Amino acid sequence: MEFLTSILTITIRAGTSLTVATIGEILTERSGTLNLGVEGIMLMGALSAFATVFYSHSLVLGFLVAIGIGGLLALLHAFLTTTMRANHVVSGLSITLFGTGFSSFLGQRLGPATNNFRLVGLRAERVVPLDSAWIKQIPLLSAFLNQDIITYSVYLLLPLSWFFLYKTRPGLWLRAVGEHPQTADAMGIDVTKIRYLYTVIGGMLIALGGAHLSLSYTPGWSENITGGRGWIVIALVIFSMWNPARAVWGALLFGGINAVQFRLQASGTSIPANFLNMLPYVGTIAVLVLMTWWEALSKKVGAPAALGTSYMREDK
Amino acid sequence: MRKIFLGLVAMLMLIPLVLPATAQAKKPLKVAFVYIGPPGDLGWTYEHERGRLALQQYFGDKIETKYVENVPEGPDAERIIRQYAIQGFDVIFTTSFGYMDPTYAVAKEFPKIIFEHCSGYKTAPNMATYFGRIEEARYLTGIIAGRMTKSNKIGYVAAFGIPEVVRGINGFTLGVRSVNPNAKVQVVWTNTWYDPVKEREAAVALLDAGCDIIAQHQDTTEPQKAAQERGKLSIGYDSDMGKFVGDTVLASAVWNWETYYIATIQNVLNGTWKTHQFWGGLKDNIARLSELSSRVPANVKKEVEDARKKILGGWSIFTGPIKDQTGKIVYKAGEVIPDDKQLAMDWFVEGVVGKVQ
Repeated sequence: MEFLTSILTITIRAGTSLTVATIGEILTERSGTLNLGVEGIMLMGALSAFATVFYSHSLVLGFLVAIGIGGLLALLHAFLTTTMRANHVVSGLSITLFGTGFSSFLGQRLGPATNNFRLVGLRAERVVPLDSAWIKQIPLLSAFLNQDIITYSVYLLLPLSWFFLYKTRPGLWLRAVGEHPQTADAMGIDVTKIRYLYTVIGGMLIALGGAHLSLSYTPGWSENITGGRGWIVIALVIFSMWNPARAVWGALLFGGINAVQFRLQASGTSIPANFLNMLPYVGTIAVLVLMTWWEALSKKVGAPAALGTSYMREDK
Repeated sequence: MRKIFLGLVAMLMLIPLVLPATAQAKKPLKVAFVYIGPPGDLGWTYEHERGRLALQQYFGDKIETKYVENVPEGPDAERIIRQYAIQGFDVIFTTSFGYMDPTYAVAKEFPKIIFEHCSGYKTAPNMATYFGRIEEARYLTGIIAGRMTKSNKIGYVAAFGIPEVVRGINGFTLGVRSVNPNAKVQVVWTNTWYDPVKEREAAVALLDAGCDIIAQHQDTTEPQKAAQERGKLSIGYDSDMGKFVGDTVLASAVWNWETYYIATIQNVLNGTWKTHQFWGGLKDNIARLSELSSRVPANVKKEVEDARKKILGGWSIFTGPIKDQTGKIVYKAGEVIPDDKQLAMDWFVEGVVGKVQ
């Protein structure tokens, strides 16, 4: 039981940044905007959060700056895809390329002179997960409670975003814009406004996921700290079939497998690590295949019909 | 305004036409480096970059150095190496095992350019290899770990199951067991050279499994930081990690490329460069032991110093009796594992927990 609890603890911890970013990307894609800039936005979020905390010693400010930077990058994407009607894939990819390069560049320039102007290898205040001995005595449940503040916000964010999407009027508007912008427009919904709004909110959450990496999970900045987690987020959105409630399972699976396979190795179990690492991707492919085969399912839970297309009122 | 601007641009374009006349007089040797990670990793690439800077400083304006970072192993590497060759670089250092075939392919196309590949085994008349017996330094760090572990469980975060890494694990374990035959070295594979998050997760898993010292064969300091946060000790690799992490890093096995880089470029400048397979150790100063942490007690320091002298005197750390994981003696007392067997090592010595993956 103790082994299980420790695995669950680390799984939830590893899944936190993935879950936050996945919810962000789900909101974005629900509005019909495909944002492939996740990796870049996460990296910029991680860098700006760490740099801010390093100089200001304020964690709150660090998260706020990361959220702001994420919002700005997403705003750029929204402007290019919604107003300029650029190709979503191209715009998103360029944001990833930009974010990857620019975060490395800043990481070598923003540091103090004593460290050769590098941010690598420095320490700053970090978000410390709750680690109460008293809570530890409760098996399993303690895995959920001994976590940091961002994980706690995820506990709130998950049901809220699900409730928002499926049970409220603005949530319905959001889904309508992503499914059929023409109809939404005819209903009197401002398609452009909605797309801007949720792309920016999505970008903020994605950057928050990045900030969680550099302020809590792997405290400190190192180049490419995300190690491809941004792309996992994009797979996760498909895996969860654009539903935040399902996103959590995917994030735990993707995030947890790594942590778990190291534990299995350390405990002497000989399941090949490569096999375990493959599982989440097999899951994603399975979902894609399932959706293609089973049309009824695809109609119910599939991708927003207008995903990745730009909308203009005069178009047919 | 526009005319002035255009005029300025035209004048700027003239400069390159005039410059070569002066530049050609000296014509510095052009040296390029290809890196697998960022120089800011504080590990593997950081040490090569330190070597490059020392090289540049040593030769001053006689040479001109350039580097490119974050080059993935594979087709991309070949493109970048070829680009340097086309740009007229005279010597190209490629600093990761996976660059071997790309380097070899480009070396055949450009017979006049000198290629130096780190850690591989393929050579050509214009392509040499260089590497070091870092396991000698690891053996010394193993003595410290063996003396200072309380749980007798030492964790080892390892990248890939290739001979270079396996040798390091075996050398380290032999060092541990030379002073503490009860200690075990537990290996966890990450399947990556550079991934801060994974390296940390692997270290935490080992700490949770009861290890109280973490050693590693990775490119960042994350395993060291993870150990420190738990109040546990660690052994560094690549660079003097104690400088970046603190005194919980008891000692590090450190690369010292500058001596080799300077000697090689000197040979090229003298025109005495020939292809070779350099595989130096502690005595060549290509690998060394860092300063020891103040936490290491004096008697252990002395033990390490004695072993160091023995190695410098020509003793091989791979001298028998050496047992494999099943306890069977594979090399008898006094027998030394030959170099070719070391270079192809794919089995663990007694005391290692884990499998070569």
